Amino acid sequence: MKMLLPSALISYTGCSEIEVRGDTLADVFSLLDQRFSGLRFRVIDEQNQFRCHIRCFVNAQQTVDLTHKLKQEDEILLMQALSGG
Amino acid sequence: MVTVTMLCVATRKGAWLVRSDTKRKVWTVEGPHFLGHIIHHMVLDPRDQQTILATAKTGHLGPTLFRSTDFGKHWQEATQPPAFFKAAEGEIGRTVDHSFWLTPGHASEPGVWYVGTSPHGLFRSEDGGLTWAPVNGLNDDPQYRLWMGGPQDGTPDGPKLHSVIVDPRDPAHLYVGMSSGGIHESHDRGVNWSSLIDGIEVMDGLDASHAEFHDPHCVRQCPGNPDRLYLQSHFGIYRLDRPKNSWTRVGKNMPTDVGDIGFPMVVHPHNPDIAWVFPMDGTNVWPRTSPGGKPAVYITKDGGGNWQRQDRGLPAEQAWWTVMRQAMTVDSHDTAGLYFGTTSGQLWASPDEGNSWHTIAEHMPQIYAVEASVLA
Repeated sequence: MKMLLPSALISYTGCSEIEVRGDTLADVFSLLDQRFSGLRFRVIDEQNQFRCHIRCFVNAQQTVDLTHKLKQEDEILLMQALSGG
Repeated sequence: MVTVTMLCVATRKGAWLVRSDTKRKVWTVEGPHFLGHIIHHMVLDPRDQQTILATAKTGHLGPTLFRSTDFGKHWQEATQPPAFFKAAEGEIGRTVDHSFWLTPGHASEPGVWYVGTSPHGLFRSEDGGLTWAPVNGLNDDPQYRLWMGGPQDGTPDGPKLHSVIVDPRDPAHLYVGMSSGGIHESHDRGVNWSSLIDGIEVMDGLDASHAEFHDPHCVRQCPGNPDRLYLQSHFGIYRLDRPKNSWTRVGKNMPTDVGDIGFPMVVHPHNPDIAWVFPMDGTNVWPRTSPGGKPAVYITKDGGGNWQRQDRGLPAEQAWWTVMRQAMTVDSHDTAGLYFGTTSGQLWASPDEGNSWHTIAEHMPQIYAVEASVLA
């Protein structure tokens, strides 16, 4: 399935759009971390929560549930908040 | 021996390496590294003089650490950055917001590093900074959890565990400071801890025997006499000579119109009677700027009995920056060089132990930390 990433993570992936797999969001991030070591902890903390300035959408619907089940045709969008200075 | 001095400069927007010529007159600025990352601390390993560790996060991404073994040409990210344990179901867990204070381990333990975090946590690496494990004796002690408090008990940038000190005579003997939460020591590599707060004043009306009321800003151990410690606290400047357990407020000897409030504490590399502070305005709403807009370093040459102002070369007026707790340091030359970075992005140097000052870099981001190393 397609996953869109914020620019802050391109240093890990090399591009903003990648193909991922997994039955749940947790699977996706676990496999992502195997491909791009360190990426998962930058967006998900040690309590398995998305970090406060990170938002995750599946098919344009926001979710904070890492057990969210996925289908092959789903599209994941990971965003960083429009904030900072 | 021909030597150069290198400064590791950590800022709110990245990190720089600043190298001197052999006379500490000409400086070369190299960077930025990690542009856009918040780098709270960057330290060269004194044991091999080539490994550098840097803490990093961004405004949006979580905390991590990077390691270079070739003076910053290449960086490797930690595979297991500092992180608290996952909380049991139904309990509220802690998360590391940022790694704040890096300390290389004992000379006899190559590869060992400690890092203090925000919120309060102490973590240890045994593989040169690639993987980190919690020091549970501190992080999970019920009494310490109480003293550590919550986010509202820390600095405006969060509670910070800092001043991680490894006794050069004993790798098992550690000190840490907690803002807020007091000063504590361990004699068994962090399994058990005891408080070291006797003699330190706290806010009027509070009980000074309670560690949670203490806010040490910076603790330093003297290389020239490891039994001597200096402390810049929220409530003054102190000295402790072990095996005593009671601090003496030597800041009372500072000029009354300047006071003894500040953040950095710097000790001489060889002479334990010499130390420096950088006072700030701690009156009323705590502006945390140089008192009167006239920045100055103060030196003691007699263990805190007397203090002299050192401001030659510094702005005489209308300079409202200050220096954060990790942003002032000293090198190890016989005539020590002193360095500080300001909240307005200037890097200042003194080749003569604070007698005169000049800038060696300007227009940097807000400087969080400066560390000096002398390279053979």
